[in-house]
Amino acid sequence: MKHWISLHREALRLVLDRMWSTKLATLMMLSVIGLTLSLPAGLYLVLDNAGRLAGGIESDPQISLFLNIDASNETVKALDKQLRSHKMVKDYRFVGRDAAWAELKQKAGLDDLAGGLEKNPLPDAFIVHARSNEPETIEQLRQEIAQWDGIDHVQLDTAWVKRLYSLLQVGRQAVLVLAGMLGFALLAVVGNTIRLQILTQREEIEVSQLIGATNAFIRRPFLYAGSLHGLGGGIAAWLLLAAATTLFNFSIEDVARLYASDFRLTMLDGGTILILLGGSTLLGWLGSYLAVSRYLSSIH
Amino acid sequence: MIKFDQVGKLYPGGYEALRNVSFEIAKGELAFVTGHSGAGKSTLLKLIAAIERPTAGTVLIGNQNVAKLRPAAIPHMRRKFGLVFQDHKLLYDRNVYDNVVLPLHINGILGNEAAKRVRAALDKVGLLGKEKAMPITLSGGEQQRLAIARAVVSRPSILIADEPTGNLDETYAAEIMNLFYAFHQVGVTVIIASHDASTIAASGAKVLRLDHGAMTS
Ligand SMILES: Nc1ncnc2c1ncn2[C@@H]1O[C@H](COP(=O)(O)OP(=O)(O)OP(=O)(O)O)[C@@H](O)[C@H]1O
Ligand SMILES: [Mg+2]
Repeated sequence: MKHWISLHREALRLVLDRMWSTKLATLMMLSVIGLTLSLPAGLYLVLDNAGRLAGGIESDPQISLFLNIDASNETVKALDKQLRSHKMVKDYRFVGRDAAWAELKQKAGLDDLAGGLEKNPLPDAFIVHARSNEPETIEQLRQEIAQWDGIDHVQLDTAWVKRLYSLLQVGRQAVLVLAGMLGFALLAVVGNTIRLQILTQREEIEVSQLIGATNAFIRRPFLYAGSLHGLGGGIAAWLLLAAATTLFNFSIEDVARLYASDFRLTMLDGGTILILLGGSTLLGWLGSYLAVSRYLSSIH
Repeated sequence: MIKFDQVGKLYPGGYEALRNVSFEIAKGELAFVTGHSGAGKSTLLKLIAAIERPTAGTVLIGNQNVAKLRPAAIPHMRRKFGLVFQDHKLLYDRNVYDNVVLPLHINGILGNEAAKRVRAALDKVGLLGKEKAMPITLSGGEQQRLAIARAVVSRPSILIADEPTGNLDETYAAEIMNLFYAFHQVGVTVIIASHDASTIAASGAKVLRLDHGAMTS
C-alpha cells in the first residue's frame, strides 16, 4: 500500500514538474478547457437564476371564476360555501356584478361608452388564490371548479407562468445536450494535448518499455496529466463564472435598487461545483486514457 | 539458465538475421558474442532480453519459453536483465541522476533507497560528481559509462552489454571491461557483444562466434 502510494506520488511529482516547466502552454490549455466548460455551466447558472426569479413572481397565480350571467343569490352562496371548505383554496373574494360594473365604468372612464349599454354585461365573479403555485395543481383545481353548478367560465392567469416553466424545462435539456457535446470536445482537447505529450516523450516510453516498464507504468503520468488538465480547466471555468457573476451583480446593483428589487445572480452552489470539477477531472482522465491506449496499441 | 535451441530470426522485411543457433549459458557465466558487423550479435542479445521473439526454435530463460510468454509477463521478464544498448538509448532531456533512476522507478524503488543505489552505481562507473549534468554534455566514454550505470543500478542477475567499449580508447576500454569482470566476480551472469578480438582473447571466457547469422563455435 505504501509502495503503491509512493509510485503514484512519484508520477504526480513528475507531471507537476513538467506542467511547471511549460507554464505558459499549460495555462493556455487550461483556459481553453475552462472556456469550453464555462458555456454549459454558465447556461445552467442563468437558468437556475431565471427559475428562482420566476419562482418569486408566480407565487400568487389567480383563478377567476365567472358565474352564469343569471346566477341566483343561492348559487352564489352555494359556491361561497364550496370555496370556503376546499382544501386547495388559500383565499378568495367575491366581486358582485354591480360593483364590478360600477368600478369598471369609473376606473376606465368609460361612463359615456357604458351609458350606451342599457344592461350590465358583467357576471358575478370570484377571484381565487390557490395554496400551491405549481401549474399542474392549479390546472387541476381549475378543471374541478369548472364542473361546479352555476359556473360559466374559469380563467387562469397563469398561462405565462406555464410557458415560462416549459421554457425553463427546454433550457435544462439544452444544458444537458450542450454539456454532452462540450464534454465530448473536452475529451478531444485533452486527448490531443496528451497525444502531443506522448510524441515528445516517445524515446522515454520506448526505453522504459525495453527495460521492463508495464503499460500501467507508462500510462500513470499521462493519466495524472489528463486529470490535472481536466481539474484545472474545471477550476478555470468556475473562476470565469464567478468573475462574470460578480461583474453582472455589480452592474445591476443600481437598476435593481431602482426597482426596489434585491435580485442578484447567485453563484453555482457547492454541489454543482463538485459536479463540474469532478466531471471535468473524469473527462480529462478518460481523454488521456484513450490517447495513451491508442498509442500503446499502435506500437505493438 | 539461458538456452537457445535451433533458434532462427527472420525480420519482417524477410532478412534472416539468425539461423539454427544453439548454445547454453550457465548462471554466473561470462560469455562473449562476436562476429563481423551485421553478423547478428545485437539480434541475439535482443532475443535473450525478450525484446525480439524468435521465428524458429526455442529460447529458454530460466526454464521459461520466451515465445510463449503472455504480453503482460514480458515486462517482468525484461526486468531480470540489465541492458547496455549499442546506441546507449540515454534520455537526453533528463539529467544523469534521472537517467539512472529510471529502472529503479520501473521496479518500484523510490525515495532514499533509490537515491542511495543511484549514487552507488554512479560511483562504480566514476560519474559520482555528475548527477546534475545533462547527458549531452558528457564525453562519449562518459555516456557509455552512464549507460552501464543505468544497466546495473537495479542489481540485475544478468547483465547484457552490446559493444560497451565500441568507441573508447584502449585504457578506457580496459577500465570498462574490468567493471564487467567485477560484476562477473560477484556472481552476475555477464554477456557482452564485441567485435574487438583483443578484449576477448584476454579473458578466457566462453565465446559465441557468429558468421552471417550462423554459429561457427
Ligand atoms: N529490426 C530489423 N529489421 C530488419 N532487419 C534487421 C533489423 N535489425 C537488424 N536487422 C538486420 O539483421 C542483420 C543483423 O543485425 P544485427 O544488428 O544483429 O548485427 P550486429 O552483429 O549487431 O552488427 P553490428 O556489429 O554492426 O552491430 C543485419 O543485416 C541487419 O540489417
Ligand atoms: Mg550490433
